[in-house]
Amino acid sequence: MFLRLALSSLLSRKGSVLLTFLAITVSVFVLLAVEQIRHQAKDSFGNTVSGLDLIVGARTGDINLLLYSVFRLGNATNNISWQSYQHFAANPNVAWSIPIVLGDSHKGYRVMGTTHDYFTHFRFGQDKSLLLAAGSPFSDIFDVVLGNEVARALGYQVGDKLVLAHGLGSTSFSQHDDKPFRVAGILKSTGTPVDKTLHVSLKGIEAIHVGWQNGVKLSRSRDAAKGAYQQDLTPESITAVMIGLKSRLSTFQLQREINTYPDEPLLAILPGVTLTQLWQMMSVMEHTLRLICALILLASLLGLAAMLLASIRERQREIAVMRSIGGSPWFLLALVETEAVLIAVGAALTATILLALTIALSGDFLADRFSLFLDSSLLTSQSVFYLATIIGCTLAIGLIPGFTAYRRALHQQLT
Amino acid sequence: MVVSVKNLYFHYDNPQLPILNIPHWSVQAAERVFLYGPSGSGKSTLLNLLAGIFLPTSGKIEILGQTLTTLSGGQRDKLRARHIGVVFQQFNLIPYLDAVNNIKLAARFAGTENAGGRARELLNSLGIEEQLHHQPAARLSLGQQQRVAIARALVNRPELLIVDEPTSALDRYNRDTFISLLLDQVERNQTALIFVSHDLSLAASFSRVEDLLAINQAEGKT
Repeated sequence: MFLRLALSSLLSRKGSVLLTFLAITVSVFVLLAVEQIRHQAKDSFGNTVSGLDLIVGARTGDINLLLYSVFRLGNATNNISWQSYQHFAANPNVAWSIPIVLGDSHKGYRVMGTTHDYFTHFRFGQDKSLLLAAGSPFSDIFDVVLGNEVARALGYQVGDKLVLAHGLGSTSFSQHDDKPFRVAGILKSTGTPVDKTLHVSLKGIEAIHVGWQNGVKLSRSRDAAKGAYQQDLTPESITAVMIGLKSRLSTFQLQREINTYPDEPLLAILPGVTLTQLWQMMSVMEHTLRLICALILLASLLGLAAMLLASIRERQREIAVMRSIGGSPWFLLALVETEAVLIAVGAALTATILLALTIALSGDFLADRFSLFLDSSLLTSQSVFYLATIIGCTLAIGLIPGFTAYRRALHQQLT
Repeated sequence: MVVSVKNLYFHYDNPQLPILNIPHWSVQAAERVFLYGPSGSGKSTLLNLLAGIFLPTSGKIEILGQTLTTLSGGQRDKLRARHIGVVFQQFNLIPYLDAVNNIKLAARFAGTENAGGRARELLNSLGIEEQLHHQPAARLSLGQQQRVAIARALVNRPELLIVDEPTSALDRYNRDTFISLLLDQVERNQTALIFVSHDLSLAASFSRVEDLLAINQAEGKT
């Protein structure tokens, strides 16, 4: 009876109730959507790399090293010498090491030179290794393994030929067109920057730069590619090294050893620690977003209170009737609160359903365009907490019109 | 004794302006009282006092033997819900509820069980046809609304029915129908009735006719 009374009361004021309902729906939708994206972004961020203990590069900032080696963002300030790499790769604590060379690109996607160890040891997410969707890892100097997104966006199949460009621009004028590569394999999607990377062997990177000096092509011979096979293609320098240790206990010891290496200025970072630092830098933005969402929600709830407050003015007769049949002022307060909660709960549910639909319908688009993989875990404990907070705030703000109704009822004369 | 008033004295904020000063007044069970007086004679104030909405400045009001001043606000609300029916001049119903639910709401406040059957029975005996039972009150005509209001006021079988100018918004035909239906129901339920009006032409049907100006000794009547 009570709920029906509250519902009928709301239905009798459809216009203003519907507008308030929509305002709250939109604000709850924004709040939940931002929360969802933030949550997923943080997850996929943290999932980019796992299972490796140290990243070593030329001396630079911690975050810069992490950004260019793992996220393929920005550029290396300097390289590290092959000798230094050899020195630390031979360290008895090192279980495996993956050298990587960056600096070339293909249609805006970065090319990374590495070794077979990359496919064996690199881990992302919850200790997942890289899997091939088609083909095999590179075996020839001029083989390339494509990240899933590269293959999808550019429409490459195993066996296709492609030409790498010197430098990182998407429209480079200096192409390594004398040495075309063959697509040997395509990786499965990972939701990490691996998807946007072309993987070639270290020798491949060296080979395309044979006959180049300081980034300028000197000779243009038809046999450039053939000539490559006859040369010693051991690189002189590499961009960074990913290291896995036999025992985590030696992490700090080796880090210190690398950081104080007298022969070359090097930097070793713990990727997990640096990821956390990076995320903390972004937390200001994160908090700002949350604050904005909270304020939008507050505004819409105040709108709800204003709507109910205005309604009480026109409900004076109704209050007199309730009083005459024995309704207490508390009953009227409860009625107004129930109306507020009904609107808020209805709006929150609508927003949740809308968000679920949006995610279901736009999931592919978000994954394609932003590499944002939203899973269906819509109601995280965090979202439930938010919904509970919304109801709590509604009850608190509903006290404004609620007590107005209470006071009116207390002083309302019959007749 | 349904109503007993002793040395009732009441004023609003200004003590210089007493509204009511009634040394003694009472209503017996099943009595039908016609109370008249010009506007400003304190009729509405007296009704609010009898219904337990206002409390007297001094003096004593007993309803069914219970002294109103000794009851809490909630107890007075309960007393009103269970034992007093009220019908106003107009706007007696919650506009967005239908006739039956308006009556059920009154039953709910009184804690009356299974009010649906009695609601329909009352509505039928008051000449509200079945198809109107589930119309929102706002869509009923004024005459129909007033009849639904009687049904609502009587659903809990109250000992006292207070009716304040219930016919002033009705035309002559509706007024006469209303009065005869009301008196019929009051008779059937053995309810004491206080009927307030300034229209003395209605007084003939009542067992007792009282002039509020005669009862009320207050000087500063407004």
